[in-house]
Amino acid sequence: MPDIETAAQQLAEELKKAKADYIEARLERSQRSHITYRGKELESAGQSTAVGGNIRALVRGGWGFVSFNDLDDLPQRIELAVKQATLVGREESRLAPVEPVVDTVASKEDSPLTIPLAEKKELLDEYNQIIWSTPKLQTSVIGYADSHQQTIFLSSAGSRIEQPRTDITLRLSAVAAADGDVQQSGLSLGSRGNFDSMRHLHKDVEEMAKHAVELLSAPRVKGGEYTVVLDPVLAGVFVHEAFGHLSESDFVYEDDRLREIMVLGKKFGSHELNIVDSADRPGLRGSYKYDDEGVPATKTYLIKEGKLVGRLHSRETAAKMNEKPTGNARAINYRYPPIVRMTNTYIEPGKSSFDDIIAGIKEGVYAKNWFGGTTSMEMFTFSAGEAYMIRHGQIAEALRPVVLTGNVFTTLNNIDAIAGDLDMNQGGGCGKGGQFPLPVSNGSPHIRISRCLVGGS
Amino acid sequence: MENILAQARKVSEAAEVFEVAAEETSVQFEANRLKNIQSKQSTGIALRIIREGRLGYATTTELDDVKNLIDNAAETARFGMPAKFELPPSTPYPKIDIFDPAVEATPPENMDKLGQELIELITKHTPEILCEAMVSKDAISVKLLNSQGGQAEYKKSIFSIGIYGSLIRGTDMLFVGESQSSCHPITHPRDIAKTVIRQLELAKDQAPVPTRQLPVIFTPRGAASALVPSLVMAFNGKMVLQGASPIGSKLGQKVFDSKISLWDDPTVAYRPHSRPCDDEGVASRRIPLIEQGVVASFLYDLQTAALANTQSTGSASRGGGLPAPSPSSFIIAPGKIAMEDMVKDIKEGLVIEQLMGAEQGNILGGDFSGNVLLGYKVESGKIVGRVKNTMVSGNVYQVLKEVTAVGSQAEWVGGSLYTPPLYCPRLSVASKG
Repeated sequence: MPDIETAAQQLAEELKKAKADYIEARLERSQRSHITYRGKELESAGQSTAVGGNIRALVRGGWGFVSFNDLDDLPQRIELAVKQATLVGREESRLAPVEPVVDTVASKEDSPLTIPLAEKKELLDEYNQIIWSTPKLQTSVIGYADSHQQTIFLSSAGSRIEQPRTDITLRLSAVAAADGDVQQSGLSLGSRGNFDSMRHLHKDVEEMAKHAVELLSAPRVKGGEYTVVLDPVLAGVFVHEAFGHLSESDFVYEDDRLREIMVLGKKFGSHELNIVDSADRPGLRGSYKYDDEGVPATKTYLIKEGKLVGRLHSRETAAKMNEKPTGNARAINYRYPPIVRMTNTYIEPGKSSFDDIIAGIKEGVYAKNWFGGTTSMEMFTFSAGEAYMIRHGQIAEALRPVVLTGNVFTTLNNIDAIAGDLDMNQGGGCGKGGQFPLPVSNGSPHIRISRCLVGGS
Repeated sequence: MENILAQARKVSEAAEVFEVAAEETSVQFEANRLKNIQSKQSTGIALRIIREGRLGYATTTELDDVKNLIDNAAETARFGMPAKFELPPSTPYPKIDIFDPAVEATPPENMDKLGQELIELITKHTPEILCEAMVSKDAISVKLLNSQGGQAEYKKSIFSIGIYGSLIRGTDMLFVGESQSSCHPITHPRDIAKTVIRQLELAKDQAPVPTRQLPVIFTPRGAASALVPSLVMAFNGKMVLQGASPIGSKLGQKVFDSKISLWDDPTVAYRPHSRPCDDEGVASRRIPLIEQGVVASFLYDLQTAALANTQSTGSASRGGGLPAPSPSSFIIAPGKIAMEDMVKDIKEGLVIEQLMGAEQGNILGGDFSGNVLLGYKVESGKIVGRVKNTMVSGNVYQVLKEVTAVGSQAEWVGGSLYTPPLYCPRLSVASKG
């Protein structure tokens, strides 16, 4: 079987001959390794390699997509993609114009794959020992994974972009149990390839393990509306779920009603609220130089001074909404076509301090860290890994994990204080259209939301 | 595969090669129109070895790079878990019908037509709805070979159709949807359209909800989103072995309402998750998990079973890594009460079709808490409208300890769960009105 460079050479010629309005190919070689601990013992260690590619063709507004990991017979794959696109196409093809790019992007980080498994294991052993030195712990799970992908993107417009992508994730969780009750706490980290950022977490790991045990004696919150203060990690998940997904134009561009709701200039929040998505901010998990359509990364303001000013685009959604492409078309790997995705999404710092924010709260909830989040566009939920009552301006007793929910059209307006302590959370993974987990980061300073609905007993 | 096995044996005491080849074609609709057609070809090989008593594992898609695959597996075996089991020798498997050549033979044109018909049925009812839909077909071929002489080989066909509609009025959004899958081709969109149209009918008006405890009926989809994720974890032999399952020490004890029986069944004909053997080559059989409220068994693979001093239940599944216990098709036994009669029984309460975010809490402990993405208010025995801005919270073990009724009409949800509606006496509800 040919390697991806040879296959790319062959494809560059074939793409020009294809009977499509536009056609592109992505070839990829990836290596991955993972180590999992369950309880005191290492449960699984594995390494994998994968090679594959895809062809995406556009004919009269219809798309055909073919993915494969057999690199022989490429002309036949092109033919199939064009045939499928032709079957779909019934209108005019529209893509926002971009300059063709020929570039080879160098890797900035040493690949974590070059670090021996033994060294990674040694570090995880240290963390597991810390977890297990915590009294009353029932069990623990540690999952470490790293990957290095080399991709070559080719288009019929003449682009040829070679890009590396490196990603590391580390998830730790501790489980405490007593009298049939099971509680867990977790820590989730990630990096764009820098293994050093996985070191020196000993203190965080210790706190996480202790917290699982604390939860056994913590009460459940009483369900209802509260003034809620979110830490930067959870506020990052909040901005991703509550607003980020709604700014992805593929949800909007063919839906006239949604286009009316999401009209630029519409007020969503206070004058102090600024929300940004930027793949251009280097070194984060959602950072890159070009997206998977070969469009250069940008920094996009979604909300500026409380008003909707921008949204995330692929070439197709930008053309159909008469806006500029933002370089947000991403695919998790060669098996999927690029779709509009977030990259590094954050609320810009404000002027308050954490103490100012909680000072006036008589009874509220301080929610930290994350379990997860999801959205239906209008409504969203996100869950906190840690939660505490706020009483008379002070952090009070610990609570069991809470799930918060809201309506995007009112909740952003209810953000009434933003601190200055922006921090980016690198531990997330985003899912959309069956593509999960996509490396993203999100962040925020501490924020306060009035009248937030919290589920509870 | 024979070559890989022979080469792997040179560096190990035992080895197993697992190969999956798949061809998938899907026809996708956006905003009520055909948008794209995709086909995906993939082949992957997983090698598991036991070397100096420890497990090594590697996978590749490069079928001709055997050396790299074996080197990778050998490196991981330096740290791997000590293998406590033996790979199964050649065994007879039950004959399970999971392949229909008519799936592969269905051309994309017919799949397009099916999707169009489905969208037409729904837009005829509600012209302003925008639907995303997908019709897909898969051909999967699985082969397993191990150094003890064990071997398995089967082909499976899967046909799926799903639709997701959104209806926007001002800033109010309503989401409805349904999906179906089978090893046979699905030829008519009637049933799925009927379900979606019923959702649209029931959600026409909105109804206010108080913040307090209310009786709740979970429809099959509602049960899938709120209750089942915790059970999937709790019956996993690994969770039991680690002491992390709340029911792990309750084998033979009555933990659930006696109206509840649950089993895992990989042998149901023409279901997408059925198979003659699991991903380690252990024969498939039906495993009772809850028998009239009593915890009857847990799900095990070979290694977990050996560590727990029991037998594999043939429940090993590979999600990209080493085999691990996982359900194939969870089946909850239907009861005797019709859905309509459960609704009639409620003075004030909720029917939940989908709870968003419910799987994001402490599901290990059984807690769930989610926003009612699709659900209805019941007043004096009648569904009066859709509920919004409402959170429902509870604990699966408390909820299923005492259910008022188990419905008589069970349905497949998402291909791997068959469940009736479940009627619970009280759950905590918080609402903005």
